[in-house]
Amino acid sequence: MDLSRRNLLGGAAAGVAAASLPGARARAASAKKLKIAVISDFSGPYRDIGGPTSVACVEQAIADFGAKQKGYDVEVIRGDHQENPGVGTALARRFYDQGADLVIDVPNSAIGIAIEGVAHDKNRAYINTNSASSEITGKFCNAQTVHWTYDTYMLSHSTGGAIVKSGGKKWFFITADYAFGHLLHEQTAAVVKQMGGQVLGNINYPFPTTTDFSSYLIQAQASGADVLGLANAGKDTVNSIKQAHQFGLNKKMHIAGLLIFLNDVHGMGLEVAQGLTLTESFYWNLNDRTRAFMKRVKPRTPNNYPSMGQAGSYSGTLHFLKAVEAMNNMKDVKNGAAVVAQMKKMPTDDDAYGKAYIREDGRFMCDAYLFRVKSPSESKEPWDYYELLATTPAKEAFMPMAAEGCPLVKA
Amino acid sequence: MLMILGKPAPLLFGQLLLGIINGSFYAMLSLGLAIIFGLLNVINFAHGALFMVGAFVTWGLLHYLGIGYWPAMVLAPVMVGAFGLGLERTLIRFTYKLDILYGLLLTFGLALVLQGLFTNAYGSSGVSYSAPDLLSGTLNLGFMYLPVYRGFVVAAAIIICVAVWFVIEKTSLGALLRASTENPALVQAFGVNVPRVIALTFAAGVALAGLAGVLAAPLYSVNPGMGTDLINTVFAVVVIGGMGSIGGAILTGFGLGIIQGFTEVYYPAASSVVVFAVMAVVLLARPAGLFGRAA
Repeated sequence: MDLSRRNLLGGAAAGVAAASLPGARARAASAKKLKIAVISDFSGPYRDIGGPTSVACVEQAIADFGAKQKGYDVEVIRGDHQENPGVGTALARRFYDQGADLVIDVPNSAIGIAIEGVAHDKNRAYINTNSASSEITGKFCNAQTVHWTYDTYMLSHSTGGAIVKSGGKKWFFITADYAFGHLLHEQTAAVVKQMGGQVLGNINYPFPTTTDFSSYLIQAQASGADVLGLANAGKDTVNSIKQAHQFGLNKKMHIAGLLIFLNDVHGMGLEVAQGLTLTESFYWNLNDRTRAFMKRVKPRTPNNYPSMGQAGSYSGTLHFLKAVEAMNNMKDVKNGAAVVAQMKKMPTDDDAYGKAYIREDGRFMCDAYLFRVKSPSESKEPWDYYELLATTPAKEAFMPMAAEGCPLVKA
Repeated sequence: MLMILGKPAPLLFGQLLLGIINGSFYAMLSLGLAIIFGLLNVINFAHGALFMVGAFVTWGLLHYLGIGYWPAMVLAPVMVGAFGLGLERTLIRFTYKLDILYGLLLTFGLALVLQGLFTNAYGSSGVSYSAPDLLSGTLNLGFMYLPVYRGFVVAAAIIICVAVWFVIEKTSLGALLRASTENPALVQAFGVNVPRVIALTFAAGVALAGLAGVLAAPLYSVNPGMGTDLINTVFAVVVIGGMGSIGGAILTGFGLGIIQGFTEVYYPAASSVVVFAVMAVVLLARPAGLFGRAA
């Protein structure tokens, strides 16, 4: 049991107050305090896919839940992990110690996985909505953690599989030389080979110091491959695609960005990004519900539309609040495993992700959408960037539990 | 096909060329740094951030005012230089009489502030800027396709580097600059406004960073972090070339670009480390750098 001195004293004081004052119980119920900590990148390369827009989405979820009307006082705090696992875990520890009931968002797989351990030690709920590693619900899975939004397995199967099916059989990879890049490359290469394609080469480039990809692009071109697989993210992806255009690679090869967010497309401009195939689990212009969500959240983040991670922070926060409401016992909210168990018990339903559920291993099971980036002339309004090509149902989109090696799941 | 050390020759020719292109940026940035260090004794850590500002100004001129690439090549460096002049007058000049570390800390802080402001205003995924029509397209060189714009960058960088080197080392203006830093009291006695000379020198060094930013805007993602990615390598270039040596900075910039280019073929994972490995070896063999005068 994890009882801090403050909890003990607070509990004792509340007990005394309840015993001595008639009607105090009713008043205590009217101040159901919750604290949600958004740990994200607020200053570095992943700011646009997390950062202030994630905070906006979390606040939107609190508003949509009707927290005030239901008597909840929900405080949102934020911390900048500065792309540093040491900073990220220290923040998580501090926030949980200060009474945070949930840590959410967290782009960057290294930090995302590191905070999983903190959530477990403190037994508090943790929803990762913005890291890619499929190992979060694999060998690192635990009872306090839910992985929303997407993972490397889903990306590699959706984007990789679709391209091989459409005839792109010979692949060359350019991979960011760290855990995320390697995982994304390995899983995509496996899909390519499994479907009868070939991997002609792979280059691991130094991360995050590389800005010029021309040398790797020329090597990719010389390899005779017809698909260029980019196992990287953020500005690296933007730089590789921009430079591939300069060398005319896009005319000879199909460029597969294995992890591209709406915000990256915005940064690149449609002139450069048009024709790319990519996978996201959310797009604001997908259906009436997503458009309704976008309309509500837009005043909070007018210049940066949410992409799947940020919408995941909306969806995750909303479901967390619903679980807390269903538990109807504020003491149990401090028990992360109990909250997450409650979240797994209930199906999810919200405007951003529609109907979905959380699997036993903590994997949020949503559909994966394969998109094609529109050309400048096809785009009718601001941020109108994607055309839907295919939908992979959740059950096929994510790794089967048996293959993951999650210790929570009994074989 | 002709093979060199197990790699096809055309690929290596291509790498040589790419190395020279990257070397142009190293040379232009380290040139500005070397001027500021050599003449003012300030280690300007804000150089990378000012390079980023140059790229953003280029984008901003087009985005807000509809001013294209060619006018931007003049306007952006002037604007960044003027900004540098403001920095020098209001902040940096107070560090001249202090230990060199104060200037380093001040400029490092300035770099963080600039980067933070641009991140706040434009986000982290950056903005896009295309090469002017005249310079888009590719040239078939036989062994590779060269984007015309990259060829232009190399030509522009070489012209700028040689011109700056010539002005500082071979003209009377350059002699005045050098004299003003060697013995300011004496030069002042000849009726020269030394503080103004020094301020303008700083502005010129900064304007070079701005100009490199203009050249970089169509090549790379224009984002607030673009300067940080380059600045460490550029400092290594200045140290290898010999702190403050103008010619050394230029030659080392191109040389290291080429070495890095070949590393990217034979062992890509080492391509960001190789510069620092060269730096360690050079410092062991020649502590003042390749072209530096021993202190």
